[in-house]
Amino acid sequence: MKMTRIFAAAIAALGFAGTAAAFEGDQHPPKEHHWHQDGPFGTYDTSAVQRGYQIYQEVCASCHSMDLMRFRNLGQQGGPFASDEFDNPNDNPIVMQIAASYTRVWDIDEVNDDGDPVERPGLPSDAFPAPFANEQMARASNGGAYPPDLSLIVKARSHGENYIYSLLTGYYDAPEDSHLSPGMYYNPYFPGAAIAMAPPLAEGIIEYADGTEATVEQMAEDVTTFLSWAGDPHMEKRKQMGVMVLIYLLIFAILVYLAYRQVWANVKH
Amino acid sequence: MSGPSTYKPGSGIEKWLDDRLPIIRLGYDSFVDFPTPRNLNYWWTFGGILAVFLMIQIISGIVLAMHYVAHEDYAFESVQRITRDVPFGWLIQSMHANGASFFFVAVYLHMFRGLYYGSYKAPREVLWILGVVIYLLMMATGFMGYVLPWGQMSYWGAMVITNLLGALPFIGDALREWLWGGFSVGQATLNRFFSLHYLLPFVIAAVVGLHIWALHVPGNGNPVGLEVKSKKDTLPFHPYYTVKDGFAIIVYLLIFAVFVFFLPTVLGHADNYIEANALVTPAHIVPEWYYLPFYAILRAITFDIGPIDAKLGGVLAMFGAIGILFVLPWLDTSKVRSMRYRPLTRWFFIFFVVAALGLGWCGAKNPDDFVMGIEGFKFLYLGQFLTFYYFAYFIVILPLMGIIEKPKERPASIEAAVLGSDKA
Repeated sequence: MKMTRIFAAAIAALGFAGTAAAFEGDQHPPKEHHWHQDGPFGTYDTSAVQRGYQIYQEVCASCHSMDLMRFRNLGQQGGPFASDEFDNPNDNPIVMQIAASYTRVWDIDEVNDDGDPVERPGLPSDAFPAPFANEQMARASNGGAYPPDLSLIVKARSHGENYIYSLLTGYYDAPEDSHLSPGMYYNPYFPGAAIAMAPPLAEGIIEYADGTEATVEQMAEDVTTFLSWAGDPHMEKRKQMGVMVLIYLLIFAILVYLAYRQVWANVKH
Repeated sequence: MSGPSTYKPGSGIEKWLDDRLPIIRLGYDSFVDFPTPRNLNYWWTFGGILAVFLMIQIISGIVLAMHYVAHEDYAFESVQRITRDVPFGWLIQSMHANGASFFFVAVYLHMFRGLYYGSYKAPREVLWILGVVIYLLMMATGFMGYVLPWGQMSYWGAMVITNLLGALPFIGDALREWLWGGFSVGQATLNRFFSLHYLLPFVIAAVVGLHIWALHVPGNGNPVGLEVKSKKDTLPFHPYYTVKDGFAIIVYLLIFAVFVFFLPTVLGHADNYIEANALVTPAHIVPEWYYLPFYAILRAITFDIGPIDAKLGGVLAMFGAIGILFVLPWLDTSKVRSMRYRPLTRWFFIFFVVAALGLGWCGAKNPDDFVMGIEGFKFLYLGQFLTFYYFAYFIVILPLMGIIEKPKERPASIEAAVLGSDKA
């Protein structure tokens, strides 16, 4: 029937209307990179998430917070240090050790009997410590720029992982006709192509615990994978359940369709 | 409801209850024995689909409200906490956010169905008007719901839409401040939007009750647009349409599940994963996709019309685009309901659907960009042309066509159409 086809085309068109994102002026479209977590069955590459956490911890965390993260997240199902032995991530020794490596006042409302804030080693339930107490302090230390929180950064940018990866590997010498203000760096993947963040990754700035060679591309891929996991920690569970739900609904649909044929078998319509 | 009740209480307790509160009788007459035209196609299944989605939204929404914090400092984080730490919170949140989109897809298909098959014509005007009321309530509910996660698009979308009220003469500023509960979108706005977002779905449910009541007086329309004339034209709702609607609902849920589980963020906007910030305006503020056609109409009026300035003109056009649906039953002068028998108007309708989608496209784009890169052909101009057609369809084409168009010959009855007198 003609109308059916027209509506089908209409729905398809709706799908496209919202997605296309415009790139302003000098901004380059992001590089196309393949991700282990892509596709309906894609999972996070656990060793990449582990290496990525190391990069975050040793490099990014000096300027960028991850306010939504708790240490226990690292040990939960699907996390980089998840272990079958420890169902409860709060009992996971790796997580406990990471948390305990930070000693500070975690909560100004947590006071001793004299009313003074308590300084203590971190627990798995504590949040990732932020590098700056507030936005003003962050700006004062970064030439006026505010390093964004990274908890959701992959979801918060169109083109997600590809954008972050492109940005981290996208520092080039500025073309001669560009007018970079002092303290700005040329990066054509950033809107406006001038970014206040100095190139964060350089060959060999890190020694990977697992012996992987620390090239800029490798580090960019690893930290992006880590950030992707951090923004969507239940992705694997979501996809697994999705497959089961689709199979269930498909069988259900077939059964109901057969019932429909049966009920309508002797009726003209 | 329509026709005498055929319900016979099957047991003593049913008889006892039937003499006191005939609620089983009501259910039986409305959803079991209800005579339904035998020729309904799948476009008639969206009513049932919409009822299911209203329930999905209400139930998932109540669970979300148990964990949500309507405070400008905590709202964003509380929604993220739901997706991270609440057991299955990621699922409930994804169902609710994507459910809104699927609710709107279904309502648009339901409305286009009504426009194509003339479901708004006598004796179903009140049924149609109640439907438009539901649609308006859905728009308000969806808009306020989108504000609650308190991301950048939530905040700035709320800012743009509430600022429209400021365009109204004399009362505009006062009205806007009254709605905000302050001098800008802020804590008071968020709190009241949460309250109203919780309230309105129940108002929708009540109007849906009236909508179904108004449906059950004249009964369903149908693809050939003829009234039911004899028992042979109809089938009991159960099992014929319960099983057909059921199949359609499951297929629709299947598509829904693909989005909930595999594409949970694709219908949203990346900027809404950045917490609301009154000091940073996003590069492009776009509403959710289901408002885009009206957003395009709003932006199409860039010129003053007499004493009405462009801004107010845009606001009036946007509300007028929905308002005109209320009087549609009296604008369409044709006695023929179904477009199947209206050879000319049918094409105008098809172009109307294209125009509505095209307006959605314009709404998503920057008005000053060029359509498909064609130099000089701005999205603004396309939007203006399609806005013109949108209104012309209702104000000029439908009234005129009823007079000048010669409809095709129609079958004698639904039964005749079904039994293949090759007129359908």
